[in-house]
Amino acid sequence: MSRKLLDLWVGFFVALGLAAVLFLALKVGNLSAANFSDTYSLTAKFVNIGGLKVRAPVKSAGVVVGRVAEVRFDPETYEAVVSFTIDARYRFPKDTFALILTAGLLGEQYIGLDPGGDEKMLQNGDTIAKTQSAVVLEKLISQFMFNKASEGQSDK
Amino acid sequence: MDAPSQRRGSILPAIAGLGHRVNDALQRLGFATRFFFVLLRHSGQSFRRLHLTIREIYFSGFQSLLIIMVSGLFIGMVLGMQGYETLQRYGSADALGILVALSLVRELGPVVAALLFASRAGSSITAEIGLMKATEQLTAMDMMAVNPIARVVAPRFWGGVISMPLLAALFSATGVFGGYLIGVIFIGVDEGAFWSQMQASVDFRHDIWSGIVKSFVFGIAVSLIAVFEGYDAQPTAEGVSSSIKGTVVKSALAILALDFVLTSFMLREA
Repeated sequence: MSRKLLDLWVGFFVALGLAAVLFLALKVGNLSAANFSDTYSLTAKFVNIGGLKVRAPVKSAGVVVGRVAEVRFDPETYEAVVSFTIDARYRFPKDTFALILTAGLLGEQYIGLDPGGDEKMLQNGDTIAKTQSAVVLEKLISQFMFNKASEGQSDK
Repeated sequence: MDAPSQRRGSILPAIAGLGHRVNDALQRLGFATRFFFVLLRHSGQSFRRLHLTIREIYFSGFQSLLIIMVSGLFIGMVLGMQGYETLQRYGSADALGILVALSLVRELGPVVAALLFASRAGSSITAEIGLMKATEQLTAMDMMAVNPIARVVAPRFWGGVISMPLLAALFSATGVFGGYLIGVIFIGVDEGAFWSQMQASVDFRHDIWSGIVKSFVFGIAVSLIAVFEGYDAQPTAEGVSSSIKGTVVKSALAILALDFVLTSFMLREA
C-alpha cells in the first residue's frame, strides 16, 4: 500500500476518533452548557442541606445560573456552609432568598434563588443572609403524625 | 527405598519447582521493566521516521474500526433494552439516556474496547514480532546496525497507545447511538428527555475525561504486553503460539485489574 493511501486512511481514522470525542463532549456531556467562563462566588448557611451535593445546580426562576462549589460544616454554629459560583452575567439583590429545593418527588436537590427588591447587588464573596433549609421527609411525616394525633385527642 | 527418603524425593523437587517458577516470573518482570525503559529511550529515534508509527496506527487502529463499532452498537442496543426493562418498572424510563451514556463512557467503553483491542490488534502484534524473532529477522536487523527496538517495537507500541483512546471514544459514541436506536426509535422513549437527562448528568471532566484517561492507560498496558510478549517469545512455533495466548490472557487481566484501581481513584476524587 502506498504511503499516501496509508496516510489517508490513518487520517480518516484519527478524524473519526476525534469526532467521537467531540460527540461525547457536546452531545452526551454538558461541556457546551455547564462551563460558565466568568463567575463570582457566594456563600449561604443552611440549618440542614438534605442531600445537596457539590456540582448541584443553582437555579433562579428554573434557569441554571450557577453550580455548588463546596459544602462545609461549620463547627461553631453547627450549620452547613454552602459556597456556589454564579455566572457573572447574572446579578442578584442583597436580600435574595436562598432555598434548597428538590427536582420532582425523588429527584436531585438544588439551590433556588428568589431575588428580593434591594437596590444593592451581591458582590463576590458575599453571604446570603436569608435561607431556607431542605425539607426532610422524615420530619415532615413526624410533624404530620403529631398533628393527626393531637387532632384525635381534641376530638374527644 | 525407605519411607522418609521417598517423601523427601517428592517434596523437595516440588519446592524447587515452585522457587524456579517464582524466580522466572520475577526475572521476566525485571526484563519487562528494563525493556519498557529501553523502548522509551528509543522512541525519539523512531518518531523521526514517523511513517513507521502511522503504518502501525493503520494496522492496529484503522483495521480494528469495524469490530469496535459493531460491538459498540450491539452493546449499546442491549443496554437500551435491558435498561428500559428495569427502569420502566420504576416509571423512570426517561432516565434511559443517563444509564446508557454513563455506563458506556465510564466503564464499558474503555474496558470492552481495550479487551477487543487486545485480542484483535495485540495478538497480531505479538505474532508478528514473535515470528520475526523466530525467523531471526530481529537478529539480522541488529547485524545491519538497525536497532530492532526503534525500528520494529517502538512504532507498534506507540501505534497502539495512540489508537486505543480513539477506539474507546468511538465505541462509546456508537454505543450511545445504539441505545438511542433501541430506546427512542424502537421502544419510544421521549427523545428530548433521553438527550437532555443525559446531558444534565454526564459531566465532561468527571465522566468523559476519566474514560479517556482510562483508555489511555489501558492502551499503554495492552501495547506494552503485546510487544514484550512478542519480543520475549521462544523462537519456535510453539513459543510464538504460547506468547500470543499470553498476550490475550495477561492483557485481559491487566485491563480489569487496572480498571479497578483507576475507578477507585476516580470515584474518590469526584
